[in-house]
Amino acid sequence: MPSNTVTKDARVVALIGNPNTGKSSLFNALCGMNARVGNYPGVTVEQKVGRLSGTTDLIDVIDLPGTYSLAARSADEAVAVNVLSGEIPQQIKPEVAIVILDASNVERNLYLFSQIYELGLPVIVVMNMWDRVTSEGLTVNAELLSQRLGVPVVCTSANKRKGIDELKKTIEAILRSPVATPQPEQFARAMFPAAFHEEVKQLTHWLESQGRKPSTYQIDRLLIDSDGHFQKLICQSGLSDIATKIDEARSRLQTAGCKVPMFETKARYAWIRKLIDGAVVRQESRSASPSDRIDRWLTHRWVGMLFFVLVMFVVFQSITLFAKYPMDGIQWLQSQASSGVEAMLGPGALRSLIVDGIIGGVGGVIVFLPQIAILFLFIAILEDCGYMARAAFVMDKLMTTVGLSGKSFLPLMSSFACAVPGIMATRTIESRKDRMVTLLIAPLMSCSARLPVYVLMVSAFVPESKYLGGWVTLQGMVLMFMQSLGALVAIPVAWLLKKFFFPGEPATFLMELHSYKWPSPVVIYQRVWERLVSFVVRAGTLIFCTSILVWAAVYFPGDHSSLDASVANLENLQSEVSVTESESESEKNIGIEQAQELVNQKRSALIEGSFLGMVGHRIEPFVKPLGWDWKIGVAVVASFPAREVIIATLGTIYSLGSDQDENSQGLQHQMQVAEWPDGKPVFSLATALSIMVFFALCAQCSATLMTIRRETNSWRWPIFSFVYMTTLAYIGAWLTYQCFRIWS
Amino acid sequence: MSLPKISLDELQRGESAVIAEIIGDDVVASRLMEMGLIEDEPIAMVGRAPMGDPTEYAVRGYRISLRKSESVRVLVRKVP
Repeated sequence: MPSNTVTKDARVVALIGNPNTGKSSLFNALCGMNARVGNYPGVTVEQKVGRLSGTTDLIDVIDLPGTYSLAARSADEAVAVNVLSGEIPQQIKPEVAIVILDASNVERNLYLFSQIYELGLPVIVVMNMWDRVTSEGLTVNAELLSQRLGVPVVCTSANKRKGIDELKKTIEAILRSPVATPQPEQFARAMFPAAFHEEVKQLTHWLESQGRKPSTYQIDRLLIDSDGHFQKLICQSGLSDIATKIDEARSRLQTAGCKVPMFETKARYAWIRKLIDGAVVRQESRSASPSDRIDRWLTHRWVGMLFFVLVMFVVFQSITLFAKYPMDGIQWLQSQASSGVEAMLGPGALRSLIVDGIIGGVGGVIVFLPQIAILFLFIAILEDCGYMARAAFVMDKLMTTVGLSGKSFLPLMSSFACAVPGIMATRTIESRKDRMVTLLIAPLMSCSARLPVYVLMVSAFVPESKYLGGWVTLQGMVLMFMQSLGALVAIPVAWLLKKFFFPGEPATFLMELHSYKWPSPVVIYQRVWERLVSFVVRAGTLIFCTSILVWAAVYFPGDHSSLDASVANLENLQSEVSVTESESESEKNIGIEQAQELVNQKRSALIEGSFLGMVGHRIEPFVKPLGWDWKIGVAVVASFPAREVIIATLGTIYSLGSDQDENSQGLQHQMQVAEWPDGKPVFSLATALSIMVFFALCAQCSATLMTIRRETNSWRWPIFSFVYMTTLAYIGAWLTYQCFRIWS
Repeated sequence: MSLPKISLDELQRGESAVIAEIIGDDVVASRLMEMGLIEDEPIAMVGRAPMGDPTEYAVRGYRISLRKSESVRVLVRKVP
C-alpha cells in the first residue's frame, strides 16, 4: 500500500499552481519519479507526495491539485485550501507554499498567488516555462517582483531541467531561516471595500460567540462564494443559522454598492496590475502571433476539421500498425517460455500453474504495453506541443450532446483500441465529474479484444448473404453493428450517469489555449515511462492474481493423473516424429491425432468436473434465457481475465485443445453441430447474436477493472462498472435472443 | 460610452471589444472573472471551433476557449 501521509521526520512543503503550468514536470524534476500516491481522507482526490532529491535535509513535497482559485466550490477543490491551512486530519501542515506560475501568463496566474499570499504561509514563487518569456516577446523582471512581494522568486524551465537546483537551494534556505511573513497591508484583501471588512468583523464576532474559530480566509470565502464549500460545512456541523447571517450580510453589502463576488476579482486584478506595473511588459504587436496564425487554420471550418481527422487517423493507425509487431513479439516470447517450461517439467499441476496461470497471466498484462506506450507517446507529443487543447476545442460541441466536454474525446477514441490506455488518458480531464463519466463509459467502446469473438461468431453463424451486387455483406453489417453497439449504448449511459451519479453545477469549459511550441523529448519520455510503470506495477499485480484464481478454478478439484499420462504419451509421440523422419510417419501422425483426441476429451471432462464446471452447471438456469448452455456459461465466466479467452475456453470445452483462434474451422464446426440433450442445436443465429451482444456490453476484462481501481483509487468504481455493464450485457443478450427466436 | 452593450458571443473573428459587464453571481460568473474577464478589460475574438462552438478569445495576453453558454454571460462594447 502506498503511504497516504508524508514521512514523520521530514519537513513538508506544498506545490500549488494553475492547471497547465508544468506543475507535474516541476514535481518530477524536484523529486525524481518516485512519488507516493494515495488518497486524501474522505475524498477521491489523488494525493501525490515526493521526497526532494539531492538535499541534505529530509523534505517532502506535496503536489496539490491544479486550480485557478482558492474559492473552494466542491470537496475536491477544498483539498488545496485544507492542506495549506493544515485542516486535513493526519496530515502535517506544510511549512512553505511553492506557487508555480506560467511565466508567459504572469498576470492571470498571480490571481491564485494573491489568495495563497494571504494564508500567512511563507511563499516561494516559481516562474516556470521561463523559456517562453523570450520566445513570446515578453520582459519579466523577476527581481523587481521579488522585491515588491518580499518573497523569493525563482525562474525555471522544468521540462528542460533549468533552475531546479536554485529552487532546491531556495527551499532549503527558507526552511532554515524563515523570511518575515508579509503584513496584511500588502495583501490584495486590503483593497477590498470598507463595507466588506466591516461585515467580516461582524461575522467573525458572531461565529466566535457560537464557539467557532474560523480563519479570516474562511470568513472571506463564506461572504463571497454563494453557497460555497465552507458554508455547506458549517451548515452540516449544525449551525444552520449561518445561511441567514450570510444572506443578510450580502444584502447589506449590495446596498452599500459592493457587488459580490465581483469586488473580489476586481480588487485582486487591480492589485496584480499595480504589482506587475513595469515588471512584466508585453510587446503589443499589431499583427497576430505565429500561434494565432496557426490557430486561424486549425480552427477553420474545413481545414481545422480535416487536420483533426488526419491527426486522429495517424494516432490510431499507428497504434494498430506499430503495436502489432511488439505484441507479436511478446506473444512469441510467451510461447517460447511455455515450451521451455514444458520441455523441463513433465505434465502436472506445477507445469499447468506456470504455463497456464503465470506465463499466461503475465503475458496478458505485458501484451498491453506496446499499445499503451504508443498511445501515450502521441498524447504526450500532442499535449506538449499544444494541439491537445485544440483537439478538445474542436470536438467540444459534439461531446456536449452527451453532457461531456471535448476533453473526453481522445480517451473514448483510444478505448476503441483498448480501454486500458483510454481510461489512463482520462487524467487529462480536469473536471472530476466529466472524468468519472468518461472513465465509466470507456469500457463500452468496442476494443480490439472483442473483435476475435465477433469474427468467430459471425463467420460460423451469420449467413453469407450479399446485397447490392456483392458490395454489402450481411456478415460485414453485423460486424459493423457489433463494433458500434457499445458506443451507441454509451450515449444514454453517459446521460444517466451524469444525471444520477454526478449531478450538480453546470460544467464550465473555460480552457486555456497555450501557444504552440516544439515538444520536449524529456517531458515526453517521462510521461510515457510514468504511465507504463504505473500500469505494470499496479494493474499488473492484480491482473496476475485474477489469472491465477481463474486457473485454479479450472484446474481443481479434478484428478489430473490420467490426463497428465495422456499428455506425456502425446508429447512422446510428437518428439519421435520430429526426430525420426521415417516412412511410417503417416502412421505415427494418425497415432498422434488419436492421442490428441484422447487428451482433448479428458481435458473437457476435467473442466466439467472442475469448480468452474460446477459453477457452469449452477448458472445454467440463469443463462438459458440467453440461449446458452452450461458450456457457453463456463466459457463466459472463465473469460473474466480477458474477453478473447472465451475462444480458447470454448475450444477446450468442445474438446479441441485450447489453442483455438477465431478462424479455426474445427471450432466453428464443433459449435455448429453442438446439441442440447433433446437434440436441438445449441447454436443458432439468435444464440450467436446473443453472445456477441453480451460481449459488446460486458466488463469481462480484469485489466480494465484494475485500471479503473487504480485510477479512481477505490474498489467502488470497478465493482460499479462490472455490475452495471454485466446487467446491461445480460439484458441486451436476453432481448436479442428472445427477439431473434420469435423472428426466426 | 454611447455604444450599445452586446453579447461577447456576437463578436466576429478579429473583432475587439471592451468588457462592460459579467451577468450573474454564480460559479460561471465567478470563474469568468477569476480568469480575468473583468469590466473595462479589452478582449478579442480569435476564432471559432469548426462546429461553431466553442470560441477562442484573447484576453490579458493569453488565449481562452469559451462555450456559447459562457460567452453570453459577458456583455461587451465593440471597439470601433
